[in-house]
Amino acid sequence: MDFFLLLLTSGIAVGGIYALIALGFVLIYKATSIINFATGEFMMIGAYIFYTCTVLVGMPAIPAFLMVMAGAGLLGLLVEKTILRHMLGQPTISIVMVTIGLSSILMGLAEIIWSSDFKSFPPLFPRAPIVIGNLIIRSNLFWGFVVAMITVAIFALIFKYAKIGVAMRATAGDQMAAFSMGINVRSMFTLAWIFGSMAASIGGLIIGNIGGVQPNLGGVGLKIFPVVILGGLDSIGGAVIGGFIVGIIENLAGGYLDSLVGGGVKNVAPFIVLVLILMFRPYGLFGRKEIERL
Amino acid sequence: MRIGDYKESYAADEAVFSTPTSRFWLGVLFAAMAAFPFFAGDYLLYMANITGIAIVAALGLNILTGATGQISLGHAAFIGIGAYTSAILTNRFGLPYLLCLPLAGLAAAFFGILVGAPSMRMKGLYLCITTLAAQVIFEFLFVHWETLTGGIRGLNVPAPEVFGLKIDSEFSFYWITAVVVIIAATVSRNLFRTRMGRAFIAIRDRDISAELMGINLFRYKLYAFAISSFLAGIAGSLWVGHLRSITPEHFPLHESIRYLAMIIVGGLGNILGAIYGAIFMTMIPELLQSVLKYFESMFPQAMAFLFPLQTVVFGLLIVVFLVFEPHGLAEIWCRIKNFFRLWPFKH
Repeated sequence: MDFFLLLLTSGIAVGGIYALIALGFVLIYKATSIINFATGEFMMIGAYIFYTCTVLVGMPAIPAFLMVMAGAGLLGLLVEKTILRHMLGQPTISIVMVTIGLSSILMGLAEIIWSSDFKSFPPLFPRAPIVIGNLIIRSNLFWGFVVAMITVAIFALIFKYAKIGVAMRATAGDQMAAFSMGINVRSMFTLAWIFGSMAASIGGLIIGNIGGVQPNLGGVGLKIFPVVILGGLDSIGGAVIGGFIVGIIENLAGGYLDSLVGGGVKNVAPFIVLVLILMFRPYGLFGRKEIERL
Repeated sequence: MRIGDYKESYAADEAVFSTPTSRFWLGVLFAAMAAFPFFAGDYLLYMANITGIAIVAALGLNILTGATGQISLGHAAFIGIGAYTSAILTNRFGLPYLLCLPLAGLAAAFFGILVGAPSMRMKGLYLCITTLAAQVIFEFLFVHWETLTGGIRGLNVPAPEVFGLKIDSEFSFYWITAVVVIIAATVSRNLFRTRMGRAFIAIRDRDISAELMGINLFRYKLYAFAISSFLAGIAGSLWVGHLRSITPEHFPLHESIRYLAMIIVGGLGNILGAIYGAIFMTMIPELLQSVLKYFESMFPQAMAFLFPLQTVVFGLLIVVFLVFEPHGLAEIWCRIKNFFRLWPFKH
């Protein structure tokens, strides 16, 4: 039973982080209908900016974090203005491939600038593991979960109450109507990319803090596809719940099945669940049922 | 200058290569392909073989993604299935290589149909992510089904034998690659002159109107998946015959993306495009390497940047082609040809 609870808690913690990364994806998809395969690379760039600011420049954590936000925002802005703006209305294949190409460019550039060696952040949180009852959680994971949840909550509040968030939701809901109500739809697209990039890069900071930074850190980004499909591509609440489900499933599957087949179940289990979900509910658990039946 | 388009018989109307000029250049191409191995060294022959295998696989993906419009992120997995099938049939059952080739294709086609089955209910992005899942799951099986695939260490295969001849050099394998490439190109060219090929294109252009015109969407999508992965399986079997060893690392997601990049850079849905794209994307890393070698005298560490630079150039090519030249190399080639056809006139 203890083993089960241990797997469950670490699953929830990891799931919270997935939820944040998936949020970065859903923000962009909801507003612009663009599938961002480069979400993982946005995470990686964020983590590298933080590394550069804290270790190479020697800034304290908070200003370095602000630098990451500025850098991530700028990256999102540049990508939207220079590349994705041209791709609006293009077929899915072009959009998918353009973001895949972008992820390749970012990964290569990161390796040229920072080399492929492992980098790690200075210790940010107290190292002592967190003890709840008789469960022990690694401190980096626990604090990562806390940061992820705070970020998700902040984004949720922005969307619920801030004028800018309401405008973004309106754009996502009906572009024409939003446009006629005086919302600048174009700048909402740009803003979606900026927010998406920021959410992803905070995810990158957390992952980097747990496991170190490397150019292929973005590989975690692939996990967001089971998450967002589970939750429904355009649902923020769905992304959060999907994140938890995937985190829990992969930890339980990894914990119980790894010994049977010799490892690696963690990475494949979410995708098996994904296939099953798509068979029965192609629009995800919380997505809009607008998929066309053929 | 070519003017008008006179056809006096049905045979002339149906011909793929309709003018004497194009038939002449086709003859030149075949002659050059036949003469090439006698002049080229082992390195060039190796490149030719690798390129040929890439062309077969790219032609397959072109049918599914380019012509039918179903994005597949799992092409490398199908190549892998073909490769493993071929290796296992050779090692365990001692089947001759020429029999392994089509069997590997059939095995890949079977799994292609399996992966394509969800296309009954979804399309576009959702289907794309299903194929991504297939890629991840098959990769997992390649690594972990050790009794069958040999795990991370992979499998080693003896040199194939064809008609009693041992195919153990780049020179001898070149002939197999060349023949398979010619067959694959001919088949896919002719495919688009049949009902099936035209149905594929109709599905890509507008699935709903295709269905209204009496095309059974589900069945034809499955055909597309089957044919595409059949060619992928053949490419995989060629791969095994050529390299004589396989490991799971040969078929990662990145490889699937590379094939997508080939057909995009070449020109989506265009057979010549798939061929140009496969050649271009196979040559680029080598070109980059020689460019860096040239600069090595000035910057001693230049070679250290080879791999990241390849990654950047790869991404840049995809983005630049999609933004500025969405019809790819085939379109560029067409423009050049038209320029010279009309020269010195503008129109």
